[in-house]
Amino acid sequence: MSNFGSYEERVKNFSWAISEQELGYQPGQVINIGWYCSDRICQLGKADKVALIWEGFTGERKVFTYNDLRLYSNTIARFLTDLGIKAGERVCLFMDRIPELYIGFLGILKTGAIVQPLFSAFGEESLFVRLENAQTSAIFTQKKHVAKVRKIRDKLPHLKHIIIVDYDGKTPLQDREVAFSMEGSEKVENYEVYPTYAETPSVLHYTSGTTGMPKGVQHVHYSLISQYITAKWVLDLRDDDIYWCTADPGWVTGTSYGIIGPFSLGVTQCVLDSGFSAEAWYRFIEKNRVTVWYTAPTAIRSLMKAGDEIIKNFDLSSLRHLASVGEPLNPEAVNWSIRVFGKPFHDTYWQTETGCIVITNFPGMPVKPGSMGRPFPGITATVLNPNNHEPYPEPGRIGLIGLKPGWPSMMRTYWNNEEAYKNKFRNGWYLTGDRARIDKEGYFWFVGRDDDVINTGGHLVSPFEVESALLEHPAVAESAVVSKPDPINMEVVKAFVTLKPGFTPSKDLELDIMNFIRKKLSPLAMPQEIEFIDVLPKTRSGKIMRRILHAKEWGEEIGDTSTLENE
Amino acid sequence: MDELKEVIKNYIINEYLEPDSEPITYDTPLISGGIVDSFSMVSLKRFLENKYNIQIPDEKATPEAFDSVNKIAELVREFTKA
Repeated sequence: MSNFGSYEERVKNFSWAISEQELGYQPGQVINIGWYCSDRICQLGKADKVALIWEGFTGERKVFTYNDLRLYSNTIARFLTDLGIKAGERVCLFMDRIPELYIGFLGILKTGAIVQPLFSAFGEESLFVRLENAQTSAIFTQKKHVAKVRKIRDKLPHLKHIIIVDYDGKTPLQDREVAFSMEGSEKVENYEVYPTYAETPSVLHYTSGTTGMPKGVQHVHYSLISQYITAKWVLDLRDDDIYWCTADPGWVTGTSYGIIGPFSLGVTQCVLDSGFSAEAWYRFIEKNRVTVWYTAPTAIRSLMKAGDEIIKNFDLSSLRHLASVGEPLNPEAVNWSIRVFGKPFHDTYWQTETGCIVITNFPGMPVKPGSMGRPFPGITATVLNPNNHEPYPEPGRIGLIGLKPGWPSMMRTYWNNEEAYKNKFRNGWYLTGDRARIDKEGYFWFVGRDDDVINTGGHLVSPFEVESALLEHPAVAESAVVSKPDPINMEVVKAFVTLKPGFTPSKDLELDIMNFIRKKLSPLAMPQEIEFIDVLPKTRSGKIMRRILHAKEWGEEIGDTSTLENE
Repeated sequence: MDELKEVIKNYIINEYLEPDSEPITYDTPLISGGIVDSFSMVSLKRFLENKYNIQIPDEKATPEAFDSVNKIAELVREFTKA
């Protein structure tokens, strides 16, 4: 029997107060995620329970109990307080998946500051725009990433502290840099956790849109109510589980379900700080006896590519529940997991803005391979007519996925961009930007994005951001960026460029431009293919018609070209 | 000194490592060690194909095959011989 039980019963009797009561929270009281994920678990008598098993790529292994989580997060909080960091200031985590990332997240929240996790593979430009937008006060990073911060710090007057967590003294510290060793510092037994309340800002995750620069999605401490109960009911986490979420906390899955959900439940989770390899992953599951595994379709397809034979070398019988997030999970992947693991991956659908799973296949319920599943109790989801933003009265119609706002982990705004936030709502519905249909049994089926945002390997990439960066390359005159199909990552970035006089297309120039974007933005944003063309398709008013290029890549009908300039 | 391995190693140092990074050897884990991620592997594969005028099929371009300078050199040799 799963934690969730019957869908109909849960929907009928649902109230977010169920989660509040289980957490011992009453409206109006102090609620601090950092405290709930460490001190509270200790107070429940689980201080010696293992909270985090961490393994590095060299096989190095560290184990932290919930009491360790409490003490080390206190230590980090005290360090920040001593630096002068105040509640409400933004503190960035720019690190690989090392223990300091997970525990630092809790420590920052304990101070009342807002934690801003950023993917450590971001290039200097991606890092800069996010730190500048948030006016970040401090950043935690590692020796291997500090060079990127040094390149941009002079343009960031608000950045007062660059905290290096693995400083070895081999080279001198530079401007604004300070060394901090979590495990080498004196442990802080008592830290007075800042009294945050339900609507106090907690986490700032950046996400990409079609136009404009990345937007900071602002969450609040009350998000815990959603993240706790969805982790319990959808991921089916139980007290004796060993849980593995493969997502990086630079992205929302890695914080909502890689930190907040499991730690607030007092579950043991493990982390592998290593690049992908099928053998390493299967070995990790076997070694740690992983029971619940939350991963992404791109990873699942990569495992499928590695073949079935390799699986026979490992004992994966510990696996009890499998779930997936980030992009639609194709039916082949679900059927493959039933064949090789004896159980299906359960697709879960949500976004940075929703903060928690909103539509999902529930444990214990039949999985329809390829379906997104059904709305979580307490979430009102529908498919809207794009013309009037009214729900379609009958099933089967393709429209926009709309959600009725009001659940605890719904974003509260876009940082310093209230206009963009308001623009996400129509007719009382939050617009996800995704299209779907609902079948007669109430299951949602993903159709595609409603905009030009590229979902590559579960990460959103803004074509606008890539196009802007391309124009900074000395050879590029104009650019247009679209997605193209990819068997592993669902879609990848493709760029069309015209060159400035004096430059000619070549394979070496293509590689040079690819590397330019990789270093400037991130590996995710790097075009996997660049096509040199003489003229980009434009409207008569000069606007680049991305949809024509997109249709070409996906083998779709080009549609109306009456406004095409060179038609 | 193996010229092929030196070319690959130097390219990785120049393109994928930040200044002051720990030095790498022919055996340093590149993919599993997080130096080159699966997206960046595409640009490394493209470099090898351009430099040695070869085509490495996608099914051969696995994280395991790109996980060290030694393994990449082995892969390149397989296709330059062909």
